[in-house]
Amino acid sequence: MITRRRFVAAGATGATGLLLSGCDRLTHNERFRGVLRSAEKLTIRAQRVVAPRDALAREYSAADMSPFFRANGTANPGTSEYAQHVSESFANWRLAVDGLVARPLSIPIRTLRSLRHQTQITRHDCVEGWSAIGKWHGLQLSRILNAAGLSTRAKYIVFHCADRIGNKPFYESIDLVDAFHPQTILAWGLNDHLLPVPNGAPLRLRVERQLGYKNAKYIQRIEAVESLAGIYGGKGGYWEDNVDYEWYAGI
Amino acid sequence: MADAAVTEEPIEPEPPAPPRPRRVAYRHRLPTRLWHWINALTVIVMLMSGLMIFNAHPRLYWGQFGANFDHAWISFGPRPVPGWATIPSTYNLAAARRWHLAFAWILVTGLVLFLLTSLWNRHVLRDLAPSREQLKPGHIWHDIKAHARLNFPTGDEALKYNILQKFSYVAVIFLLIPLMILTGLAMSPAMDAAWPWLLDLFGGRQSARSIHFLTASALLLFIFVHLMMVVLAGPINEVGSMITGRFRVPPERIDP
Repeated sequence: MITRRRFVAAGATGATGLLLSGCDRLTHNERFRGVLRSAEKLTIRAQRVVAPRDALAREYSAADMSPFFRANGTANPGTSEYAQHVSESFANWRLAVDGLVARPLSIPIRTLRSLRHQTQITRHDCVEGWSAIGKWHGLQLSRILNAAGLSTRAKYIVFHCADRIGNKPFYESIDLVDAFHPQTILAWGLNDHLLPVPNGAPLRLRVERQLGYKNAKYIQRIEAVESLAGIYGGKGGYWEDNVDYEWYAGI
Repeated sequence: MADAAVTEEPIEPEPPAPPRPRRVAYRHRLPTRLWHWINALTVIVMLMSGLMIFNAHPRLYWGQFGANFDHAWISFGPRPVPGWATIPSTYNLAAARRWHLAFAWILVTGLVLFLLTSLWNRHVLRDLAPSREQLKPGHIWHDIKAHARLNFPTGDEALKYNILQKFSYVAVIFLLIPLMILTGLAMSPAMDAAWPWLLDLFGGRQSARSIHFLTASALLLFIFVHLMMVVLAGPINEVGSMITGRFRVPPERIDP
């Protein structure tokens, strides 16, 4: 009986070891990663089926807000050009809109701030697990896309940012379902103030039905494209290209 | 009235009973066995990849929000879960999420198919639902004492789940795994937009995350106790019956 128990215990230990090294090997196996990745496509399809196109993320009351809104990722782009913009209080910051649009635009940040805007108190969910609730001020991305005359060929909106991680420019992308969602805004304010530098001054994306890393900060240029393949690593974002985060971050 | 002690005749020893043929019974049907092993693998992968995800932010909160500056009801130092307990074994949030969110589909699909099949083939009502007799406090207390003494049922009784087994299996199938799935979904910003009641059900995304962690701990406890019971009850017969379905019935014990 003892030997049998020992046998089982040894077996269990061995199995755990095998499972672990096996899992690590599988994690690095290209074909198996492909299988795991296919779950992302299943997830986006399923979530798009259960969520109406314009299903809204919950909006909270002022009493629900985080006392301090945690900033994550780049705290300051730190380049000399960005420092110059900070010293000018972003007076000369412009947002370029190009790619598959009828009328490429270059909009001064002052103009963006003067347009009719909306305020939303929403929850920011980090891929790491934490959440913070803040009040965002900004204008709907759809209005800018409509003003630029989005081509019918356009399938994705790419956000080019002023920050770099390592030596790589930060960028992100979303599809048109999220780009035209009523809560998807280009935010220039947080909690009744202009956006602070750690939170993406002077302009960041709020895409409320996806995780934090999709919410690009320090946005300088919006590009409408048909495919993400030609852009940097081709996976639609800095994190997607470099650490294999999901492009669809709805969960 | 002859007393054996005073007769001269030697007492004949009882002839040894002819060895009874070992009774083998069919205990687990194919859908049960199939789901058991697929789910066992899935739950282990989910626990281990989940622990890696937990490593990314090892603090838990109650309510709608919670980050580093907010009050955590439990918090650990950086990367608290050791590599032998995580998938992958070195820190990698992206890979752990790939594992976790892919196997989540197997967990959900498996549970739904198992539940439908088990309602259809009456596994739920016939085998899992406690009988009125079993629910009597006296019976439950009797079973607790028997378990504490490691007296496991024999004969026909060994072919039915005892009441403690039923309680734990019903809890895992109808409470813990569904809770894992629902609290997992409540952490998804897209699902919260689709099904806002998820947030109300659990009192916020960070509460859902805490309940996700506590339920996972309960599942882990179940796995430990379950494995211990398998080992104590005879691992080869028990594991074998979950593979082939056939169970060697322990011969009836004569209770004094």
